[in-house]
Amino acid sequence: MNKVIEIKKLLFTYPDGHRGLAGVDVDVYSGENIAVIGPNGAGKSTLLLHLNGILRGNSSVKICGLTVEDKNIKQIRKKVGLIFQDPEDQLFSLNVFDDVAFGPINMGLAEDEVKQHVDRALRWVNMAGYEQRSPHHLSIGEKKRIAIATVLSVDPEILVIDEPTSNLDPRSKWSLVELLNHLKITKIIATHDLELVKALCQRTVVMDEGKIVADAQTEKILQDIPLLRAHGLAH
Amino acid sequence: MKHSFIDEYSHLNSFIHKLDPRTKLVAILAFILAVVLTPVGNWHIFTAYLCVLIIMLALSKLPALYVLRRSLVIIPFVLLVAVFIPFFKQGQVAVSYDIWIWQISITYDGLLILANVLTKSWLCIVALVLLSSTTKINDLLKGLRQLGTPQVLILIVSFMYRYIFVLADEVMRLKQARDSRNFGGSWLHHMKTVGHILGTLFIRSYERAERIYAAMLARGFDGQVRNLRNLKFGKADLYFGTAFSLILISSYIVWL
Repeated sequence: MNKVIEIKKLLFTYPDGHRGLAGVDVDVYSGENIAVIGPNGAGKSTLLLHLNGILRGNSSVKICGLTVEDKNIKQIRKKVGLIFQDPEDQLFSLNVFDDVAFGPINMGLAEDEVKQHVDRALRWVNMAGYEQRSPHHLSIGEKKRIAIATVLSVDPEILVIDEPTSNLDPRSKWSLVELLNHLKITKIIATHDLELVKALCQRTVVMDEGKIVADAQTEKILQDIPLLRAHGLAH
Repeated sequence: MKHSFIDEYSHLNSFIHKLDPRTKLVAILAFILAVVLTPVGNWHIFTAYLCVLIIMLALSKLPALYVLRRSLVIIPFVLLVAVFIPFFKQGQVAVSYDIWIWQISITYDGLLILANVLTKSWLCIVALVLLSSTTKINDLLKGLRQLGTPQVLILIVSFMYRYIFVLADEVMRLKQARDSRNFGGSWLHHMKTVGHILGTLFIRSYERAERIYAAMLARGFDGQVRNLRNLKFGKADLYFGTAFSLILISSYIVWL
């Protein structure tokens, strides 16, 4: 198995002096599904934003062997598809087609290729036929699916998702889990939803206060009630 | 939350809807220019313009009442600006009042100009309602872009249109949160709360803008906006364009 993400002693401090990450080490191998869990403010989202160079700590992140720095940034952003927590931020175009096509167009694909990519991405998330809809008039579950399509349309190697199931009702949640399960690419999912973790991820990383406090098989972590309790994940 | 929006009837399927947005943009702009440039008091020409609009509205299958309601929105603004014209314009006096030491008189010339301003602005706004109700905002912006409008303006309008309802929802939630904790208090105190709401809204919008920018970067945005060019002129555009320019030119000839 080859390493797709390599992070060594990653430090990051927010401009206001707040420490976001205090030395994170983690390696991710191709094809893994990893859950990143932890209480609010543990640094999960901050870590995810480092994976495609939106935030850059002490440049100790490597994606598929490429260091995250300006000269590699285009390639890295094509490899890592980052899906934000609030689909309202992810979907900024006036209709679904333009949003899903944004990535492929930025890659410089020709018009018919862009259309193919959009069609395929929308079919993957079972949202074909929504091309001309306005994002504002979709349900949250639909918005989440379209948000995933906007990233799948550039064929990423790694899918990074922040809180995929927040605000979803159980039915939308489980259909989303099923959808993610069918996508056979490396996935990194930040969440508090332990049901989702159990259903989707083989490996779990627990974060608290900007550090990784545990990194093991999901079953092992979920059975370790004292650990979960210590980090606000069980009561 | 559902809100009404300006391109409410743009999904209808009619001759006018199917025209290229650029054709419509140029036609409507030319129409507005013609209306504005028509000299005062040429009522038969204004009637001709109205007939053109009515024909186009009939072709577009828009509900007449909807167009009328939308078009009347502009009248208060026009009145606000133009209501004093009859008092200041020199000419033959129509009515005259004595109020204490002042004498106020309204002239026929002034009234004519007022009627003229109202007619012109109403015709223009009906034309604009016709344009915005028969064209999806997306296509309209694409048309504007291809006609040479600067990209940054297009982006501003498109983000505004995308997020105005998101912001409206946010304001509504802030107001609900305020109202559910509002137990009276002085007028001054209320104003302070309104200030806090505005401040919060500003910070939230600012942070949202940063998140949106991050989402754009994550999908390969590098400052260059690229578009697919998929607007197409058809035969209908040619016919419509020719007919429309003929009408505008003939109204000019009639005036001569």
